Amino acid sequence: GCPRQQTGKIHFILLFSRQGKLRLQKWYTTLPEKEKKKITREIVQIILARNQKTSSFVDWKDLKLVYKRYASLYFCCAIEDQDNELLTLEVVHRYVELLDRYFGNVCELDIIFNFEKAYFILDEFIMGGEVQETSKKSAVKAMEDSDMLQETVEEYMNKPAF
Amino acid sequence: MALTIVSQIFPREMIPAVLPLIEDKLQHSKEIIRRKAVQALYKFYLIAPNQVQHIHDKFRKALCDRDVGVMAASLHIYLQMVKEDSSGYKDLTGSFVTILKQVVGGKLPIDFNYHSVPAPWLQIQLLRILGLLGKDDPRTSELMYDVLDESLRRAEINHNITYAILFECVQTIYTIHPKSELLEKAAKCIGKFVLSSKINLKYLGLKALTYVIQQDPNLALQHQMTIIECLDHPDPIIKRETLELLYRITNGQNVIVIVQKMLDYLKQSKEEYTIISLAGKVAELAEKYAPDNEWFIQTMNAVFSVGGDVVHPDIPNNFLRLLAEGFDDGKEDEQLRLYAVQSYLALLEEEDAFYPQKFLQVMSWVLGEYSSLVTDVDPEIILTRLHRLLKKTFVTAETKAWIMAAVTKIASRTTSSKTVDKLIREFSTSLDTCMRQYAFELKHLCEDKVLMKSLFPFDASCNDIVVDASLSFLDGFVAEVLGHGAAPYKPHHQRQEEKLSQEKALNFEPYGLSFASSMSSSGFTGRQSPTGLSFGSDTSGNSAETGHKETNSLKLDGVKKLWGKEGYLPKKENKIGKEDEALTVPRGSLLAGHVADPPVSQSDQVATFSEEEKEKQQLASTLFVGLGSNAGVSLMGKADMAVQKFKRKSKINETQNTEETPDIQNSAALALGPLLDTLPSNKEGHEGNEHTRLRKASLDSSDTTEDNLAFEKPQSLKKPGLDNRLLDSRLSSSSLFADSNIEIFHPSPSAQCESASKTLLAPSLPGELAELPHSEVVELCQSDDLALHLCKVWTDDSLLLTMFVSNKNTSALNDVNLVFEKAEHFQILESPAYQFSVIEAQSVEHCQQCVQMDKICTQGNLPGSINYQSGMETHLEFSITLSLLDFIRPMEMTTEDFGKLWLSLANDVKQNLKMSSSQDSFSAALNTLQQKLKLHIVDIIGNEGILACQLLPSVPCLLHCRIHAGMLALWFRSPCSALPDSLLYQCQKVMEES
Repeated sequence: GCPRQQTGKIHFILLFSRQGKLRLQKWYTTLPEKEKKKITREIVQIILARNQKTSSFVDWKDLKLVYKRYASLYFCCAIEDQDNELLTLEVVHRYVELLDRYFGNVCELDIIFNFEKAYFILDEFIMGGEVQETSKKSAVKAMEDSDMLQETVEEYMNKPAF
Repeated sequence: MALTIVSQIFPREMIPAVLPLIEDKLQHSKEIIRRKAVQALYKFYLIAPNQVQHIHDKFRKALCDRDVGVMAASLHIYLQMVKEDSSGYKDLTGSFVTILKQVVGGKLPIDFNYHSVPAPWLQIQLLRILGLLGKDDPRTSELMYDVLDESLRRAEINHNITYAILFECVQTIYTIHPKSELLEKAAKCIGKFVLSSKINLKYLGLKALTYVIQQDPNLALQHQMTIIECLDHPDPIIKRETLELLYRITNGQNVIVIVQKMLDYLKQSKEEYTIISLAGKVAELAEKYAPDNEWFIQTMNAVFSVGGDVVHPDIPNNFLRLLAEGFDDGKEDEQLRLYAVQSYLALLEEEDAFYPQKFLQVMSWVLGEYSSLVTDVDPEIILTRLHRLLKKTFVTAETKAWIMAAVTKIASRTTSSKTVDKLIREFSTSLDTCMRQYAFELKHLCEDKVLMKSLFPFDASCNDIVVDASLSFLDGFVAEVLGHGAAPYKPHHQRQEEKLSQEKALNFEPYGLSFASSMSSSGFTGRQSPTGLSFGSDTSGNSAETGHKETNSLKLDGVKKLWGKEGYLPKKENKIGKEDEALTVPRGSLLAGHVADPPVSQSDQVATFSEEEKEKQQLASTLFVGLGSNAGVSLMGKADMAVQKFKRKSKINETQNTEETPDIQNSAALALGPLLDTLPSNKEGHEGNEHTRLRKASLDSSDTTEDNLAFEKPQSLKKPGLDNRLLDSRLSSSSLFADSNIEIFHPSPSAQCESASKTLLAPSLPGELAELPHSEVVELCQSDDLALHLCKVWTDDSLLLTMFVSNKNTSALNDVNLVFEKAEHFQILESPAYQFSVIEAQSVEHCQQCVQMDKICTQGNLPGSINYQSGMETHLEFSITLSLLDFIRPMEMTTEDFGKLWLSLANDVKQNLKMSSSQDSFSAALNTLQQKLKLHIVDIIGNEGILACQLLPSVPCLLHCRIHAGMLALWFRSPCSALPDSLLYQCQKVMEES
């Protein structure tokens, strides 16, 4: 078919701690596992090396990294050059808000132990590298709905055991 | 949940199966499901746009959905679609503007707010779409001014997200057709950004400035001090963005300072990507604006040594080509080369210097070619230096080959050299086989100096080497062997075909009935090489002919080069004028450069500035020289005018010439008698009147020979016109158009339809074309003075766009230019521009353009413009929508041929279509396809049918259909992968409609 042009989307999102431990990763471009690992290591190093006073944007290859630190966690997005960096920063912030609302005062441990929920929220919010659901309420509601579903399935599974 | 997954991982092949299910979900009662369905469709659109094309209406419904989430999701699709083709969605501008108005006005549910800003993401999506829609389109832009103004005003709260929206707003404002009030406001916004103490905002401000500066360079002047500060900013990203900005405002006067800044940054940076892009930019600037030779060479040296081996290969290649081809002034060439040689010799003098491989390669090439220009250096010294390089361990094998080539060239120009002898001795025993090979070659060449001299002529690097592609020198040999009874040579594909036909007994394909009948013809075509150049060497007469052709085209080459240079000359003069101008602005003198701009007002306070600030001021004045108000508003215009000192010779000119010249030759060969004069006159620009009259004559005469009735309004022709016609028809040879060769028309388009009535200027096709299948005449654009109409004519071998220009005025219009722009999917054969030197009052002129589809798409736009003089220069734009079907023609063939072709085609696409009740019979369905898609029905066997068509000029596409339980199974095959997809889509559309 026609050549697909990639347009102003997020390439990947990484969450890592101040110690450089990767907490969550989401890739919107297809790359081999090895490559991903290499990139992650590289980026974590670049960002941890930056001091507090510099801007939240870094050039990296032909992409731009937009990062922000929340407590002990770094949230980092890679976007294309013509994208709006400030907006991406707010995307990150919105995601943190969503997490906060769902978990209630979110902390790093929440994400470590409930990583699948964090992923669900991210999926609800961003799809294919683009922001989809901007209403906080409906995103969280969707999450709660799927939680209900999950629990009923568990109940169902448990029943025949008796 | 399933829908989420669908849109995340989904293979292209499965889309047709799932599509109907998802389409149903668009009507689901729950918002979230509708939203997810839209998202899934968006993904499908990204993967395979053709397959979801038929549900565009549903996207429109989604856009008007009562739930904001669904509407927002559909915006993604629209952004993508508008990006691909903005003209198709202009009618939606109104809706987008209304939505944005509602959003900005806070009409959305409160939970879409983000930090009390209503739905920022939605706003930004809309702004982007509007920007794309309004680009270069004043009428559409008109609709958005209000809402953009509103957005700018509303976004006042100090929060990041509002800044993000502002940034997007500014970008949109500068993208669409400009309106001064808005521009002013946007400029103010940028000012806020740039001056902000927050580093993120500053960066964004710079980015916006970089974008804006292309339209209005004066903004850079307002912020020059900030820019200077940013240059020394500790954060590299700010620094880089600043350099990017400077790169955009570079001109002949500030190039030295800017390039110096860029090189400084280049030296510090370690990241490969940065180096590549920055080195490329420096090289580009150096090439464009270099003030003198020394500086240019020095800069390029710096680029090569800093950039190292990561620089883009184009940079050294372009540099060398520049040196080799030179520009129009031979003396300056010489100096440039001389200086290059000198600087390289100096660089190589140092014993242990390390240079990147690419730099060494450049050096050795230059030394090899031009070292003899330096008269005061003994070639022996150069050879010693090169020899020393060869022994270095860091030099790679590739570079060694470059160096050896240089040594050989130099050796050819010296009588005998100890170093060369030594070198030959050393490397004849080298372990590296390549080096040994070079050494032996060199040795043998040295023994025959005369041969060597002729092999390596001085400064011949740009001369084309004549290659006898037909290998005619072997013909004698071939003829002799044939004479002794040897079988003639068969090309590979022919042998394979024969092999295939021998295996026919094993072939179980339904249509592979027999190949024998086509054998004779394939034997004939087999001799044609795929490139179209005849390699036939079986008869010497044949190859003599091709040889002749070869030399012909080479001669033309020579002519073209001259043309290129001539076209270049005026620019050179331009430069001199401009340098004079530049001299009047004292470059170095502090601040004196500008007369009416901020620096002056600052210069009043200069006494209070500290030393450091003075320095910055000075830097500013050098950086922004030439940007002041005296430099005019449009820097870009000026930059374009500014001399490209090392401008490459325009190749486009040359290629155009090649296309034109054979054209004239062809027509000459046709010996069209009196008509001959009219054909080239088109290009050579004869007197306009005579020109049109002659052309008219050519057409009219053909009319008389065929039938006067073909002309729709012959009686309305004026009397003098009639006289002319009679006279001319006698002049022109009678059988001109007897064989109805339409191609003759293309170079000499137009006939004159003069309508007596004042109000009606209805264009109609001239006789010959009216008989061919054609579309209705549609209006493309119009102004007070003229109207442009289009009629598509589908000839057997091309799509002819017949453009009618009607003059609505009571006076004649002069110099009406019709220009087609380059379109992504289409290609205009012949030249894309056409000029009517004069269009009489109240009359219609027309011309034809032959179009081909370059890249396959189901529908595309061919933009163009028309401009003319009437009091003032007027410019009208139009866009022609062309569909794939315009380029599809039936392809006649036999069932056997079909079977054979079917097997040889690689790309296939299958799809089942539901038959509607009206297509009760199979043959009715096939007939629909035949009529609507111009397919040729090859054969119908029971409930199966085979059809064939071709995409012009000659890409076949075969279709096999089978009817089965109310479903029509379509199976396409074609050598081109995109064609079946697009055709399938057309089939779907046709079947749905009927």
